[in-house]
Amino acid sequence: MHPSTWLKTDDTGLYCEPGEFYIDPMNEVATALVTHGHADHARAGHHRVYASPETLAIMQTRYGEDMATHQHAVAIGESINFNDVKATFYPAGHILGSTQILIEYAGYRVVVSGDYKRRHDPTCPPFKVVPCDVLITEATFGLPVFKHPPIEHEIEKLLHSLRVFPERCHLVGAYALGKCQRVILALREAGYAKPIYLHGAQLKLCDLYKQLGIDLGELIPVSEVADKKTLAGEIVIAPPSALADRWSRSLPNVRPVVASGWMQIRARAKQKNAELPLIISDHCDWPELLQTIEEVNPKEVWVTHGREDALMYQAEKMGFKAKALSLVGYDEEEQGGD
Amino acid sequence: MDAFSHLLEQLYFTSGNKAKAQLIADYIANTPDPDRGWAIAAMAGTLRFEFFKRNTVKKLITEHTDPALFAMSYDYVGEVSETVAHLWPYSEPSDSLPTLTEVVQTFASVSKQKVSETLAHYLTIMTPAQRWALLKLGTRGLRIGVSARSIKQILADYGNKDIKEIETLWHAVTPPYVDMLSYLEGKADKPDIENAVTFHPVMLSHPIEDSDINAFTKDTWQIENKYDGIRVQLVVKPNNAVDDKTQKGSGSDGDESEKALFSRTGDDISHSFPDLLESVSGNMVLDGELLVIHNVEHSNGLAKDSVKKGGSNVKAQSDDKGAFASSATQPDVDTFNALQQRLNKKKPSKALQSSAPVGLIVYDALVLDGEDLTDKTLKARRNALEEWFQKTSNSRLFLSETLNATSPQTLRQLHTQVCQNRAVEGLMIKRLDSHYVPGRPKGQWFKWKRDPLVVDAVMMYAQRGHGKRSSFYSDYTFGVWEDSQLLPIGKAYSGFTDEELKKLDNWVRRNAVGRFGPVREVKKELVLEVAFDAVHPSSRHKSGVALRFPRIHRIRWDKPASEADTLANVKALIEG
Ligand SMILES: [Zn+2]
Ligand SMILES: [Zn+2]
Repeated sequence: MHPSTWLKTDDTGLYCEPGEFYIDPMNEVATALVTHGHADHARAGHHRVYASPETLAIMQTRYGEDMATHQHAVAIGESINFNDVKATFYPAGHILGSTQILIEYAGYRVVVSGDYKRRHDPTCPPFKVVPCDVLITEATFGLPVFKHPPIEHEIEKLLHSLRVFPERCHLVGAYALGKCQRVILALREAGYAKPIYLHGAQLKLCDLYKQLGIDLGELIPVSEVADKKTLAGEIVIAPPSALADRWSRSLPNVRPVVASGWMQIRARAKQKNAELPLIISDHCDWPELLQTIEEVNPKEVWVTHGREDALMYQAEKMGFKAKALSLVGYDEEEQGGD
Repeated sequence: MDAFSHLLEQLYFTSGNKAKAQLIADYIANTPDPDRGWAIAAMAGTLRFEFFKRNTVKKLITEHTDPALFAMSYDYVGEVSETVAHLWPYSEPSDSLPTLTEVVQTFASVSKQKVSETLAHYLTIMTPAQRWALLKLGTRGLRIGVSARSIKQILADYGNKDIKEIETLWHAVTPPYVDMLSYLEGKADKPDIENAVTFHPVMLSHPIEDSDINAFTKDTWQIENKYDGIRVQLVVKPNNAVDDKTQKGSGSDGDESEKALFSRTGDDISHSFPDLLESVSGNMVLDGELLVIHNVEHSNGLAKDSVKKGGSNVKAQSDDKGAFASSATQPDVDTFNALQQRLNKKKPSKALQSSAPVGLIVYDALVLDGEDLTDKTLKARRNALEEWFQKTSNSRLFLSETLNATSPQTLRQLHTQVCQNRAVEGLMIKRLDSHYVPGRPKGQWFKWKRDPLVVDAVMMYAQRGHGKRSSFYSDYTFGVWEDSQLLPIGKAYSGFTDEELKKLDNWVRRNAVGRFGPVREVKKELVLEVAFDAVHPSSRHKSGVALRFPRIHRIRWDKPASEADTLANVKALIEG
């Protein structure tokens, strides 16, 4: 039976009828399989949740220990049966604990890739190419204008700016889950050994990363710095929204920096008032999306949140059958860890 | 080229005029001639030629990338140059980039057939940021958030001069401004502009407030129609006084005068209006409204004895002809819609010039018969203008009619009355004792616009915006009822707050029912109160109407779609 007859979208999300479960549902449901911890994929209040141990830990950190009645940790490569449906979790390379989910039913293999990227990320194992009939892919950066430069290059821009403006506090807007830790690790890899200062919203997740064995170096909450003037010439990481709010006024001579895949587009960088836009993304850029379709080589590509049109067009040009899968609730910028 | 691209990059992302001015001043101080002069020209918008046409760029990118992917990318990025800068498929970075001057000279001298090839070569050796700078520069599309006026201010500060000095110099000097820059640096004399045709910075008005209306007293103010054309400045100098090396102005060959028509912001728009320029001579600077005026031709050269006096009224002439109307030819004014076909036409055809002839309704004079009037009061300038119109014959110049009100109450009545005429945009109210002061001095001149027209329409389609708004469905097509069917009548993408935009976007996402490329069709359930300035008949739209400057006035979350307006309601608002 073709997957389009048993894998459907509704107001809640993507629903597998014969398995009676949702993947990344937006509302509270009986059974949810969750690909990763970003807020537009992981919500609290489900009856039963299946996710990687890291994703469960992230959800507990964000929503509390009781974020779901039953919490099932699924290991990478592990399969679980729901009625006649078999679901297997594979790494997606997006953020800590991120997975793609292979669904097998009635002779068909469908891969729900969640969010993913193909670049090296020290916090998670690389994306695994899983052969399938239908690949459900995101298209957050699904336009050929998106070519993310190497992260080292972007980090060098930040370090250069610190040298040119030693009197200014470099306030980096970075999403609290994934992006923040990736920026910290890239700074450490580039040899930046000074303490990095954090906005309160970044603390809990950075602590969780440390508990899970990821060394982020010395981190200091901004709230513990008595004399904020001493933050001149230092790096402070905060949620992107904090760049514009009152909180940032306590910092000395702020240079607003934003780390996001959207920063490639001038108008976007401008909109965020970034004086220094850093193009750092946890999603695929255009060449990575095409590379993935080619390597996975499915019969069909279903495209979800993002720029579906261009990717569908390109996939068809490459000889794949393609269709858009309209899913509710994916907020590409505010919650999606761009 | 790298320094220039770097400057643009910094300017682009730096907010605050002061910081931008510092960056530019620093660039001017540290960049040699003639590069810096070309950069100034690029930033101030005075580069006189395009390196290449936008079309050349589009053709090039179409040949080298997939057109459908380009279209989708452009739809997202919202800007051709940036889209091309990212999409250009070849990259061979070079250490020896050409200087800005080399780029300018190359494109100034390259043969037409080689333009595309030259551009392709430059794109290939440049980074995306440099490509962007080149494309913006080459198509004269640079927008850096620094106005031409700010550039003049920066130059004034750089040379320790008054900005007015730069403004009067400005239209007499040409890029790369070597003379002006060395004058500013104290290394040369001031460039000689005695007889050049130059733009004089204009005086602007403030929107009127209730308190201003209440304070209105008789005999203090000059009241005129606010015309719905474009504000221009007509500058005419006798030719014999013009220096050879000043190749300014656009008077045609064999003409006895040097003359130019400037937009309100000082852009030379002479080339679009040869009909007006050919008709004028003398030694003057006039401030007025450019409009399509249908009765300019019949009197041309024939009606020597008829002195033109401006009137407000269009085809349907009212009884109230104003103070000077008795002996005057009233201008037969057409709508802004008619004028629009003449704007931005580099070479208007003879046919267009005769089907949409332009004229000028003159409301002020800065110079008349060679005499500078800017230090005189408006009353004195007006008197001089009236005298001048008595003795001068010109078929395309009309004197702006003055209107009467004696109290706040009669002023309000006058406004209501004037606004019934759809070719008039409201009232201008100017102090009779006002001197002609460039800029927007307080309390001198007021504009009182008409209230917008509104209809209740139903949202039919939504499209993502460009640039900043590309993650939002922010462009809405709306329609009104004809029988049981909705017919689209226009598109709006402004008038709402950021908060409302979020709500609208959310509503679109939840109520989308179909998709045509980037366009989402939505459930026909949301009523938008749309404001606009005018309705025109249009054969291009199925509804048969086109709205001028539609914007969202209110979102009627409460109103059922069935109660929205009908097409007949809208057609009833057509002017004329
Ligand atoms: Zn996502
Ligand atoms: Zn994500």
